[in-house]
Amino acid sequence: MMDKAELEARLSAYVGTTTGPPVAAPDAVNEAMIRHWCEALGDRLPVYTDADTARQSVHGGIVAPPTMLQAWILRGFSMASPSDEDKDAQVEVGRLLAAAGYPSVVATNCEQEYLRYLRPGDRIFAETVFEAISGQKATALGTGYFIDTRTTFRDERGESVGWMTFRILRFKPNQVPQAASPAPSTSQKPRRLRPPLGHDNRWWWEGIEAGEIRIQRCKRCATLRHPPRPMCGTCQSIEWDWIVSQGAGSVYSHVVMHHPPVPGYDLPLCVALIELDEGTRLVANVIGCPPSQVRIGMRVQARIEPADDELRLPFFYPAAT
Amino acid sequence: MKTRSFESVHAGDALPELTIPITVTLVVGGAIASRDFTPVHHDKAAAQAQGMSDVFMNILTTNGLVGRYVTDWAGPDVRVRNVGIKLGAPNLPGDTMKMQGSVKSTDAATGEVTVEVVGKNGWGNHVTGTVRVVLPRAPR
Repeated sequence: MMDKAELEARLSAYVGTTTGPPVAAPDAVNEAMIRHWCEALGDRLPVYTDADTARQSVHGGIVAPPTMLQAWILRGFSMASPSDEDKDAQVEVGRLLAAAGYPSVVATNCEQEYLRYLRPGDRIFAETVFEAISGQKATALGTGYFIDTRTTFRDERGESVGWMTFRILRFKPNQVPQAASPAPSTSQKPRRLRPPLGHDNRWWWEGIEAGEIRIQRCKRCATLRHPPRPMCGTCQSIEWDWIVSQGAGSVYSHVVMHHPPVPGYDLPLCVALIELDEGTRLVANVIGCPPSQVRIGMRVQARIEPADDELRLPFFYPAAT
Repeated sequence: MKTRSFESVHAGDALPELTIPITVTLVVGGAIASRDFTPVHHDKAAAQAQGMSDVFMNILTTNGLVGRYVTDWAGPDVRVRNVGIKLGAPNLPGDTMKMQGSVKSTDAATGEVTVEVVGKNGWGNHVTGTVRVVLPRAPR
């Protein structure tokens, strides 16, 4: 499997390019597809389906619901099984990311501007450009990449009828969101978000695995720093080692998260900024007492414990007095 | 069916709430009516392979429902200019989406009215969005 740097280089090469030649809508705007849309969505606005009312409206005749804009250019049934002959670069990017371990996709943002209403008989053409592809992001659904596109829609005369910006997330799923039904899940407990690991912080998480809260120390001026980063903020040295914290500290600041529910996290949950006695601060959960009893300045002691069946984290308990 | 006039609408006005039960039929019907045959919107096994418990609503259906919510309120002579949405918690069958909206601003020069919309389900916000429409002027 290709590494992250190679994947990201290949992705960034797409930014600013079109996804392919303009796509012609398979069907002209037509009353049947409009009616099917209105039925499914429960849209009873008469200008879409009732010719008499539509004639007397501002539109002077039947128009398509403006939010159907993208529906006119989707490929329909063949979307379920993209073929190798597909020349659309969006399919290519999807295949590239699937091969790199990011097989899933969701749409997250959409903005559409309607320059005019579409009428039966209009033939629509769409051209799409990759506007941006993000770096790797950890999300509630999983780790992946956001892909932003911008599509311009034109009619058969070449006049612009609207545009759309669209964002999708291609990701590696990390848990199963349950339906909102009250029935408790019988599957394994959902896992927390994984920390993204890289060259600059992997050693810190290896410390956690070894049962240590490590604190990075500048080799030149001995200043401690956290979270891990390559350069000392005091003397700009990139030489460093670490010390091991005793895990004792006090609550510098905290919030209690009540909502929204995120799989893997039991709410309410106290998320605190802990000032370690060594002097650096880190974000962690305070457990071992009700969140409402956590106070600024409260003395706490760390224990490294499993957060789920895979991940260990430092948790802070009220210190024995 | 009457259309609201620009003059009758003011910033802060609340739209009537709309409750939409999320069913497999709505999820699949919306996906197919919008020509979106991506398997996760009609094939439960495909949705589960992606980490979801069931098929989930596609963004085109959500977009259409947001547009419909505002045009239901505005009336047939409204002209929709722009719909911008952001998705959060997925709409899964068995859930209910409650849509709420309010007028954010009006522009007397253009006759444009901007409405903020939120659709909440059992998980939280499924969608937050902004819809910009033009309403007809009241007859003098």
